[in-house]
Amino acid sequence: MELDIIEEKDLIMGKANQEVFSQTLQDLAATDKDIIVVTSDSRGSGKLVPFGQKYPDQIVEIGIAEQNLVGVSAGLASAGKKTFAVSPACFLTARALEQIKNDVAYSDNPVKLVGISAGVSYGALGTTHHSLHDFAVLRAINNMIIVAPADNFETEQALRKAIEINKPIYLRFGKKPMPNLGESNQCFELGKGRVLESGEGIAIIAAGETVYPAWKAAKALEENYDVKASVVSMHTIKPLDTDLLEELATNGKPIITVEEHMVNGGLGEACASHLFQKGFKNPFQIIGIPDEYTVTGSQVEIFNHYGISPQGILKVAVELLKI
Amino acid sequence: MNNKELELNSINLRKNILKYIYKAKAGHTGGSLSCTDILNVLYNKVLNVDPDNFSDPDRDRYIQSKGHSVEALYVTLANRGFFPESDLETLCQYQSHYIGHPTKKVNGVEQNTGALGHGLSISVGEAIAAKLDKKSYRVYTLLGDGELPEGSNWEAFLSAAHYKLDNLYAILDYNQQQITGSTQEVMNTDSISDKLEAFGWAIKEVDGHNLLQLEDALNSGPVENGKPNFIIAHTIKGKGVSYMERVVKWHHGVPNPEQYEQAQKELNESAALI
Ligand SMILES: Cc1ncc(C[n+]2csc(CCOP(=O)(O)OP(=O)(O)O)c2C)c(N)n1
Ligand SMILES: [Mg+2]
Repeated sequence: MELDIIEEKDLIMGKANQEVFSQTLQDLAATDKDIIVVTSDSRGSGKLVPFGQKYPDQIVEIGIAEQNLVGVSAGLASAGKKTFAVSPACFLTARALEQIKNDVAYSDNPVKLVGISAGVSYGALGTTHHSLHDFAVLRAINNMIIVAPADNFETEQALRKAIEINKPIYLRFGKKPMPNLGESNQCFELGKGRVLESGEGIAIIAAGETVYPAWKAAKALEENYDVKASVVSMHTIKPLDTDLLEELATNGKPIITVEEHMVNGGLGEACASHLFQKGFKNPFQIIGIPDEYTVTGSQVEIFNHYGISPQGILKVAVELLKI
Repeated sequence: MNNKELELNSINLRKNILKYIYKAKAGHTGGSLSCTDILNVLYNKVLNVDPDNFSDPDRDRYIQSKGHSVEALYVTLANRGFFPESDLETLCQYQSHYIGHPTKKVNGVEQNTGALGHGLSISVGEAIAAKLDKKSYRVYTLLGDGELPEGSNWEAFLSAAHYKLDNLYAILDYNQQQITGSTQEVMNTDSISDKLEAFGWAIKEVDGHNLLQLEDALNSGPVENGKPNFIIAHTIKGKGVSYMERVVKWHHGVPNPEQYEQAQKELNESAALI
């Protein structure tokens, strides 16, 4: 079946979220000398080379040693520095997990952990370079906020809020340019989902770079089936916006979650767990990466393979709606 | 292979590394060219491995800790008959087993690597097992110099000396560069030989592009009985292509068509001189 799906060219593309992150941080560092970036031979991929040139006293290079990166960051944060530990999400949240658990979260040192090229952004570089476990492991750590911004607006907001609240936090960014979603909703609050579209037919809850295909699927659903969907960017994975979740679930409509993460322990399971315990019985489907040796390909190819795509999400919506 | 054939094979391997990186439009070019001669010598003069019976428990082990230089490993394995070279046409493509880091899905690959700072510990385990089983196989691992700051390496350095693993050969691809710049600028590890000596390792320094020196260092018995062997191979990142040599951006740079032609031409010229 040929379906109308909105084309990339019809949207105004922004930048990659991690680029907006580094640009914004550089702007803030001009007037805030307490901002310190810590890198592990990662300033190139973190788009922080200009930052390093401009503010050499505000960047600490650790070399390829992610555990040390997080430990040192904990010390800097403890001493009052607004510390950003920037490293590929895969290494940051796996290699340095004990430092994150003990030195950042448990000891309450307000490090801003910045996982770049997250999810399957590294495509064919394979499993060692994918971070499909980070929501799961960090969700299991007390005193850790987890944020995966969908677009450039959320990215900038999340960064500013991270500085403001001064708590342990994990910001997760991809490297694909993102359009600005939800022109109508320019509100951002940590721990509150951002409703991009409101509809009574079905709810699609997504995070990070999967919000975009979710949004496209909703458009296609309306165009092809005349069903209006709610689309939520659940940028804060933890603490989860359970109020919004319950509100979306009240009329019993189907719910789909979408994430660039293993199904195990991710956003979808967090939502399902809450709703089930509150007695909701909505038709529910999690779209994410299954528990298998991930297929080789670019990010888009991997997304398409596992149905993290407008077509894939639409197909699940049609099944749940029985239309 | 005689010496001349081995020299020519290094060039052939470099040409193939570039061919498949160019085709895949991705790859870790500089580091692959820097360890090509090491891999050529290992697979054609040193390792006791059989492409048709790779799972032989008595085989020598080679674990590539600097997994990002996978292109050098793949072309060397293909060259040694582990799989048809044409398989590499699919490198990094959708559904291919040939991903951008070593994976055991590929015949001849000993361990899945790619996150730095893992290969040495696994090698220590394999070497302890050889001692326990009274087997004579040796364990070789290839480390990057930028990789050394990973703390796990230093834990493994300690344990290798503690268990007197003279059947273990850690080869350092000492090109003195990583992604951000020189290893001295990014995180200084000088003097690496002094440090490793203090950790109880036997050190040997070789020209990492001199095949005879490499063969001698990797094939001769332990440098010192009862000590693990640390072979510092002095190399040039991007070796063999003039505009890539010692230029940091070629760490994962992919040549454009003109650059690709020039690289192949230079390598052909080098071959003609042998
Ligand atoms: C744990 C880990 N951190 C970071 C990286 C990303 N990375 C890949 S290669 C590389 C630089 C490696 O430099 P070096 O070890 O000197 O390798 P070579 O110069 O031989 O290419 C980095 C930082 C990684 N693969 N693994
Ligand atoms: Mg190096």
